[in-house]
Amino acid sequence: MDNQQKLQQAFTVALGVQPDAVTDSLQYNTIPEWDSTAHMILIAELENVFDVMLDTDDIIDMSSVKQAKVILQKYDINFA
Amino acid sequence: MTIAEDYQSALNALLDEPVYGLSQSEKKTRLQSVFALLHQHHSQHCTPYHNMFRQPVSHNTPLEQLPFMAVRLFKLFALKSVPDNDVVKCLMSSGTSGQVPSRIFLDSLTSRMQSKALVKILQQFLGKQRLPMLIIDSPDVKGADGKLNARAAGIQGLAMFGRDHTYALNPDMTLNSDAISAFCQRYQDQPVLVFGFTFMVWQHFVSALKTSGITVHLPHAHLFHSGGWKKLEAQKVSNETFKQQLLAVAGISAVTNFYGMAEQVGSVFMECEQGMLHAPVTAEVLIRNPYDLSLVKTGECGLIQVLSTLPYSYPGYSILTEDRGTVHGVDDCMCGRSGTYFTVQGRLPKVEVRGCSDTSSSMGSGA
Ligand SMILES: [Zn+2]
Repeated sequence: MDNQQKLQQAFTVALGVQPDAVTDSLQYNTIPEWDSTAHMILIAELENVFDVMLDTDDIIDMSSVKQAKVILQKYDINFA
Repeated sequence: MTIAEDYQSALNALLDEPVYGLSQSEKKTRLQSVFALLHQHHSQHCTPYHNMFRQPVSHNTPLEQLPFMAVRLFKLFALKSVPDNDVVKCLMSSGTSGQVPSRIFLDSLTSRMQSKALVKILQQFLGKQRLPMLIIDSPDVKGADGKLNARAAGIQGLAMFGRDHTYALNPDMTLNSDAISAFCQRYQDQPVLVFGFTFMVWQHFVSALKTSGITVHLPHAHLFHSGGWKKLEAQKVSNETFKQQLLAVAGISAVTNFYGMAEQVGSVFMECEQGMLHAPVTAEVLIRNPYDLSLVKTGECGLIQVLSTLPYSYPGYSILTEDRGTVHGVDDCMCGRSGTYFTVQGRLPKVEVRGCSDTSSSMGSGA
């Protein structure tokens, strides 16, 4: 699996949404599945999948799928 | 720019300032601009607010002349300043049966700003890293159906600072000794975060540990607690006793109280090394005479009014609480933090007794 697929799977698992719902434009708090509780599950899932330790600024800044990629790139996780 | 855009840019600019760094005069100027925008917004989008407060408010209106709303109005009315479709979360104070809970309606903006402000404040005490977290509560505290009770909301706010979240209590509020032992074994040599509501920590952790025979040793833990001292005062438990006992039963020496409430999530007043509660850059506190509601002098006890720049989706930026407190000074606390510092003396006598944990609608009561 490449990083894009891993990211999509992490969102799918953490939020309980269909894979095709995970697009760059998907934003926090715009669907019932991505609320503040699911957000913490998502953070834990991303940390597991990519073996990174996200800090509290990352949690606040992770407002969309697109933004998640930007944040993960800080930790040398690159998306083609 | 629209009011909403002006408000967001003013609030974001304020959040970029140091949490305890602005001088009081600079802070007042900044706050007045934000509150003038909030007053306009709520006047236009919340009819009850408009009907109650017709006086003009501008960026020149001093903080003490801003309108304020009694906290119980949030129990009596469904107050909101955004369209129903924009409400993403309804926060309920979990009153016991027969009590009407407060209902606080949050839109995506307010919810986001609450998290952002809370993180800024707590980073001052915890840094940016997230720590293994022991929660002194039961996993059952989480409500269902999108209505979040105040205790669950408080835990959720702090949970951003944790990882490997571990609940210390069973659903019946007894100690979950397996979970606690595993947590202690795994993390006793490293910094950890412990959070619980003041009464829960005392009754279901400190007191329960004493009689249980379970050994807890978390010498690198930092415990944060909030929710009020009312029940502990009845048991003659002071802040000093609370801290001593936590050290005795769990080896925890870093203990920080904070004052905050469900009606203003994200605005928390943290206890400093001097035992004083500090207003962050996004909030202010005023003390009023309970009889004529005039401002009292520094050092005098009265009713606490809390001002927060965060409530946009509901008209709760200026609330007169039912808690008693005393401002001790401004910009000159021995700890070095700028701004207003105060202590809380507990609830005003004879007001409606709040829900089963004091946390129900007031998530804090300070030192
Ligand atoms: Zn201080």
